[in-house]
Amino acid sequence: MRFNLQASGMTVTTTTADLSVLDGLLRRVTGDEKHAPSAHSTLDVLWVLYDRILRVTPDTVDAPDRDRFLLSKGHGPAAYYAVLAARGFIPPEWLDDLAGPDSRLGHHPDRLLVPGVEIGSGSLGHGLGLGVGTALGLRAQGLSDPRVYVLLGDAELDEGANHEAIAYAGATGLDRLTAVVVDNRSATHGWPGGIDTRFTVNGWTATTVDGRDHDAIAAALTAHRPGRPHVVVAVVAPKH
Amino acid sequence: MRDTFIETTTTLLAENPRTAVVLADISAVALEPAARRHPDRVLNVGIREQLMIGVAGGLALTGLRPIVHSYATFVVDRAYEQIKLDLDHQGVGAVLVSVGASYDGAEMGRTHMSPGDVRLFDTLTGWTVHVPGHRDEVEPLLRAAADHDEPVYVRLSTASNATALPGPGRLRVVRRAGPGAPLAVAVGPVLDPLLTATEGLEVTVAYTHTPRPFDVAGLRALAGRDVILVEPYLAGTSSAVVARGLSDVPHRLLALGVGGSDLRRYGTPADHDRWHGLDAAGLRRSISAFLA
Repeated sequence: MRFNLQASGMTVTTTTADLSVLDGLLRRVTGDEKHAPSAHSTLDVLWVLYDRILRVTPDTVDAPDRDRFLLSKGHGPAAYYAVLAARGFIPPEWLDDLAGPDSRLGHHPDRLLVPGVEIGSGSLGHGLGLGVGTALGLRAQGLSDPRVYVLLGDAELDEGANHEAIAYAGATGLDRLTAVVVDNRSATHGWPGGIDTRFTVNGWTATTVDGRDHDAIAAALTAHRPGRPHVVVAVVAPKH
Repeated sequence: MRDTFIETTTTLLAENPRTAVVLADISAVALEPAARRHPDRVLNVGIREQLMIGVAGGLALTGLRPIVHSYATFVVDRAYEQIKLDLDHQGVGAVLVSVGASYDGAEMGRTHMSPGDVRLFDTLTGWTVHVPGHRDEVEPLLRAAADHDEPVYVRLSTASNATALPGPGRLRVVRRAGPGAPLAVAVGPVLDPLLTATEGLEVTVAYTHTPRPFDVAGLRALAGRDVILVEPYLAGTSSAVVARGLSDVPHRLLALGVGGSDLRRYGTPADHDRWHGLDAAGLRRSISAFLA
């Protein structure tokens, strides 16, 4: 599957030139000329989030009322770094020395090293709990505008900590929270019955979309309803 | 101490809008009145300790000061990786307040014991650890902890000394022997049995409710050749700190505390004190043998 430049070029804000730049940045961070950008399961979701959804810019990375994006699936953050560079959060030069001794960018991101990165992640199953706490902290301070988005992988859902967070957020109707699960079917034992059901049984609303279809992703990311947390399951080609 | 924690925390929630409490059912009933007044800042996540620390990390990321509370074995042992990553690695702090200590819940068995909690904080960096020895030491420690953003662990116990020694965490001389006499340091509620154990011995007894950061300057000022450490958690937890602090001073160290093995016995905390040699008679035996 190829990253679909033409289809995305039809959207409101993304241009083919943007995506070409993103493609170049991604190749720069991975040093990989052979693989298509679609090898990166999170690329389309990340791009749609930063291009159309998140109300955060390089100038507002510390603003209390910014939207929060928490990359829980910290493994394989090349697409994340490329998007952050494309949107001006980090200088493109940082992409040239991934995980080098003086690099701020490693194979798992560190929030204290990278502007715009909300959490350091890598060990799976930490982001959703931090996202729940972030949403609760914003609510307790009367910041009703910002949303909290947490991106997970389908294999990451194996971690029990996620299920503590899913159950609690659903039971308490934490409606400022959106989880995005990128499903490339890498969970060893799978999720029979569908990933979305793990959330909906706990009171979440859920939308499952083609994880390469930018318009569908954007629509799903804005499909949340008052009083309930929302999950978007973005299905991409299987890892293996 | 637990009642003082409840009262102080209820007051702090009213006084300081930056404070928030995260619970995993333990003590939720006692904090119910505060929860009714501050529903957005008293958060009971149910029996979910990983989430409890994750939520605390998220709250702190938004600028709040989370106070997290459960049994030591659940808030520390069980959620250790969350403490390491959701707090430390994110560069945020919280106030973790435990009950249960090493074996306050002896009748409940090993599953409710946490003799290793303080040692786990030694695998991390920058944690202040308070081990109050009396309920009247609890409020000032909690108030101070709520006032900043650094990581703090407060270890509450049902064990208590007869007299409170509030004030700074520095080593405080409780009984002074002559110059060069052996120094015995008690951490928290083991002071009273240590005082009984050393009656009639030429030993200086000092006390602290704050083993981290350990008062190394005070230690160096008071220590002669022989140093005795008595801690109400794993024996030897502070040995490395004392050894580093006295690395250029010839000394001998006796480190007393809770043994490392699972005794597979119930009984009372007093029984466990006896089995671990932390009652006055046991301390007297160990100290006399060391000084002989």
